[in-house]
Amino acid sequence: MAKMMYRDAIRGTIFQEMQRDPRVVVLGEDVVGGMGTAGGPEAIGGIWSTSTGFYEAFGPDRVIDTPISESAIMGAAGGLALAGKRPVAEIMFADFIGVCMDQLWNQIAKFRYMFGGKSVCPAVIRMPCGAGYNAAAQHSQMISQFVTSMPGLKVVMPATPADACGLLRQAIRDDDPVVFLEHKFLYAMTGEVPDDPDFVIPFGHARLARAGEDVTIVASGMMVGYAETAADDLAQDGVGCDVIDLRTTSPLDEEAILDSVEATGRLVIVDEAPPRCSLATDIAALVANKAFASLRAPIEMVTAPHTPVPFARELEGAYLPSPAKVAAAVRKTLAYR
Amino acid sequence: MGEEAGMQLNREALTRAYRQMKLIREFEERLHEEIQTGEIAGFTHLYCGQEAVAVGVCEHLSQRDKIVSTHRGHGHCLAKGCDVTGMMKEIWGSQEGLCNGKGGSMHIADIDKGMLGANGIVGAGAPIAVGAALSNKIDGPDENGKLAVSIAFSGDGACNQGTTFEAMNLAVVTKAPAIFVFENNHYSEHTGDAYAVGTAQDIASRAEAFGMKVWRADGTDFFSVFDTFGEVLEFVRTPGNGPAAVEFDTERFFGHFEGDPQRYRGEGELDRLRATRDCLRKFREKVTGAKLLTDADLDALDSDALGTIEQAVADSRAAARPQPENVLENVYISY
Repeated sequence: MAKMMYRDAIRGTIFQEMQRDPRVVVLGEDVVGGMGTAGGPEAIGGIWSTSTGFYEAFGPDRVIDTPISESAIMGAAGGLALAGKRPVAEIMFADFIGVCMDQLWNQIAKFRYMFGGKSVCPAVIRMPCGAGYNAAAQHSQMISQFVTSMPGLKVVMPATPADACGLLRQAIRDDDPVVFLEHKFLYAMTGEVPDDPDFVIPFGHARLARAGEDVTIVASGMMVGYAETAADDLAQDGVGCDVIDLRTTSPLDEEAILDSVEATGRLVIVDEAPPRCSLATDIAALVANKAFASLRAPIEMVTAPHTPVPFARELEGAYLPSPAKVAAAVRKTLAYR
Repeated sequence: MGEEAGMQLNREALTRAYRQMKLIREFEERLHEEIQTGEIAGFTHLYCGQEAVAVGVCEHLSQRDKIVSTHRGHGHCLAKGCDVTGMMKEIWGSQEGLCNGKGGSMHIADIDKGMLGANGIVGAGAPIAVGAALSNKIDGPDENGKLAVSIAFSGDGACNQGTTFEAMNLAVVTKAPAIFVFENNHYSEHTGDAYAVGTAQDIASRAEAFGMKVWRADGTDFFSVFDTFGEVLEFVRTPGNGPAAVEFDTERFFGHFEGDPQRYRGEGELDRLRATRDCLRKFREKVTGAKLLTDADLDALDSDALGTIEQAVADSRAAARPQPENVLENVYISY
């Protein structure tokens, strides 16, 4: 085990995989940084510091610094993958998915199906996402609802440095296209990460982050930490919560959710995205359909409101879920008779 | 034009080129008839009239070269070596089709043959082709010092899409061995290039503006396509040169899609195009005129092509249909 930041777990995992497998290539805007400037290559080394040192180690053929052209990045990732490489593409902010949706949704996600199962497209699309930096409406969004709804994609939302490592390695080694939603606000989070260069976390298996008997809390990405904080506070008052960290939203570990709800009878879903047609509503529908008889209270959803992400600190704070909002939802479901 | 390099092709190569063009022609002419009976479902965009481009380009390629095609993709697929019966069965929606009936006319692909897919989204192919070209660049030159290339076929419609611009620029700055083949058939769906292409109906100039070396040629003349593309290919296969583009002036003998009433056509336009701009007719005139092949040779190839299509249609009619449970297959490799 080694203690490291979430961003270093991401950087280190890609680096190791590039060393292990010559087919792994990185592409994106400023992944080298400084190309064509007086400062020269690696003057920046990626704005998230998730590709620092790659260019020097692997050169321009495998570390492809692209112009600001998200459709070309996404399409090139698809083409590289169809041609036998294992691209790890970075879309600098997940919000930019709007610029390149066609290449993700109509191309990468659908190749295998459209081609009758005769193609392999092992592309990883890293999308730094989420709010918390007062970056306003076009640099702060949670986009899990879009990509989770797309057949053909797998979607990963790591909540810890160890999960960032194990899930990213699985993503790079996976033969299906994977959208990797790393949360910008978690980059500086530190935690223990296994040293094993083959440490992988299989997709579709949720993590039980806290165990308790009274309420089930389902969360993903940065919301897991909020749920854990809420659960720890509630434990002081004798309320026990299962906190289920989904890890991947596609595939979804339905069994972990249903098993927990069958035991607790109460469900709180925490989702950073707006409330309509989202992960929260999806999981609520799942539980209403498959565990209706177990429910002892209405399902509570703690989500962002149906608004764009606002700029000002006070407004962004009001927009985001929080441990206090999660705790309040838990108390509300417990109060239901 | 008697000194064209393509005219120096041997008998076998000329025969092959004509057979390929004729096969595409008969494939499309037959689909045009069959679609009217209602037996074939969905949208179909026929390549009739443009055969010399697909064949003149693909006759130069090897299996490790990749192509990405368009919604009008049957010709590119056949020219790159996709199985004719597998394609016909796919268009028929059979489980035995090249894509198990999951793709249909607009999504035919054969990765092993270097055919990375037709595409239902106009302009979507170019970035994918650049990705494949970046892969070619990583793989490096072969024992003869030449790179494999990846080709984006685009029409005059796709040349107006931002994806095409992004792809051209990315290819230039990364020196990717990509070739942008623009087939200007003068109609973007139902709109003329005189209206829709701002650069004086000159698509190649756009690629030139992105920093690429460009070529232009008559896309209705196989020899013009073949010779020109040979130069383009020689340039792009050379490591360090990066991408290039070529614009072929060609014609579309049918509508945008099957069922298109084509009210935008001029009086007698289609008859004139068939009479003066038919690549098969031009090929025949050239090779018989130069006594490279005889009319009898070509007539025999015509019957061959017809017979192949006849058999492919009969096989498609008899082929197994997909079952409802097949809908769930092929989304993921593992899930």
